[in-house]
Amino acid sequence: MHELALAEAVLSAAREVAEREGLERVTKVAVRLGALQRISVPTFEFCVNEVRPGAGSKLAEADVQVEIEPVELACRPCGRHFGIEQANALEGDRAEAVHFIPELVHAFIACPDCASVDFEVVKGRGVLIASIEGEGGHGA
Amino acid sequence: MVHDLDPRPSVIRDRLSGVARVVCVSAGKGGVGKSSVASTLALLGAEQGMAVGLLDLDLTGPTDHVILGARLGFPSEEYGIDPERHAGISFLSVAHFLGMDAAALRGGDVTNTLLELLAIARWGALDALVIDMPPGLGDTALDVHRYLPKAAHLVVSTPSRLACESVRRCLSLLSKQGAPVLGVVENMKAKADDSTEVAELAAAFGLRHLGSLPRDPDLESALGTPERVRATAFASALRPIATEIFGS
Ligand SMILES: Nc1ncnc2c1ncn2[C@@H]1O[C@H](COP(=O)(O)OP(=O)(O)OP(=O)(O)O)[C@@H](O)[C@H]1O
Ligand SMILES: [Mg+2]
Ligand SMILES: [Zn+2]
Repeated sequence: MHELALAEAVLSAAREVAEREGLERVTKVAVRLGALQRISVPTFEFCVNEVRPGAGSKLAEADVQVEIEPVELACRPCGRHFGIEQANALEGDRAEAVHFIPELVHAFIACPDCASVDFEVVKGRGVLIASIEGEGGHGA
Repeated sequence: MVHDLDPRPSVIRDRLSGVARVVCVSAGKGGVGKSSVASTLALLGAEQGMAVGLLDLDLTGPTDHVILGARLGFPSEEYGIDPERHAGISFLSVAHFLGMDAAALRGGDVTNTLLELLAIARWGALDALVIDMPPGLGDTALDVHRYLPKAAHLVVSTPSRLACESVRRCLSLLSKQGAPVLGVVENMKAKADDSTEVAELAAAFGLRHLGSLPRDPDLESALGTPERVRATAFASALRPIATEIFGS
């Protein structure tokens, strides 16, 4: 499962923040998963627990809250906002390609109004840390 | 604290922790032979018993799979994705995911694609990771400097004054960035060509002219078959340069 690599990135970034802010422990990490990448919440939670560092680490007890962010694409030439339907309609190898690299959606989706492939992924791309909370440091 | 933090950059160093050195084949100029040099360099490294990876960072125009004759299709995934093993090389390209489809990418999309690849690819232990750069001084050149600051550049030019004009700007950028440069390789040198343009260019930046690779009419038909690529006059001329780069 390649999601393990992304879960590891989340914990690694959270640890870096904890160290930079002088936190003793991280209590909460809020993660947003862009719907475009089609990683399910249970899958990502499972991956986080697989790679979570053990007792003694700043992240051992962190409550990792995962939620899905819906897709929003914006067509540059005509301004139309779209994406949920089109992203849901992706299947097979196309869905798989976008699962690995969300930007590849530019090969498979076009604006429903003007057919342009020049659109911006405004929301719902991939894995983001929305916020981190912790205790015991000057920043807590 | 923190708001919408991208977690991927924090894991890049870890992903490359087993990689002894990163060599970027750069030029600034298109069509001078970056992909041919990068792919053949990787093949020659493998021939010399090195553990070598090849990453095609020409995200909108990948071609290394054609040179290597590598199969396209999704790489296997475990703790991340495993670059495809082909001709003794660990190889990864956007083409593995995209097949023959075309994805036009603007700046932010280029950065995201590059970060995603660097965050999920498990290269394992490598003596060298060779990176094939796209033409131009743009997003990829800036991102490589930002996320792989220790990468050393092998700069390719042809004797053409038009190539040298752009390669000079590339060298100028690398020098401003303080990026390590291994030297300049002159490609597509005709037998009768005794021009000194590329040698002078290298000297102007205090760099070594590492060698000249002949314009080789047999390269085209060898593409796609690694043994035949390694047997070309082009590869023969690149071999001592490979030995020097991988040995140093
Ligand atoms: N020494 C050589 N002799 C003959 N043909 C060559 C030589 N080097 C490269 N070529 C050919 O020149 C063309 C351009 O080479 P290549 O694709 O490697 O350049 P590039 O710098 O990677 O181009 P781009 O900027 O588009 O990525 C190809 O058709 C390649 O096979
Ligand atoms: Mg190329
Ligand atoms: Zn439109």
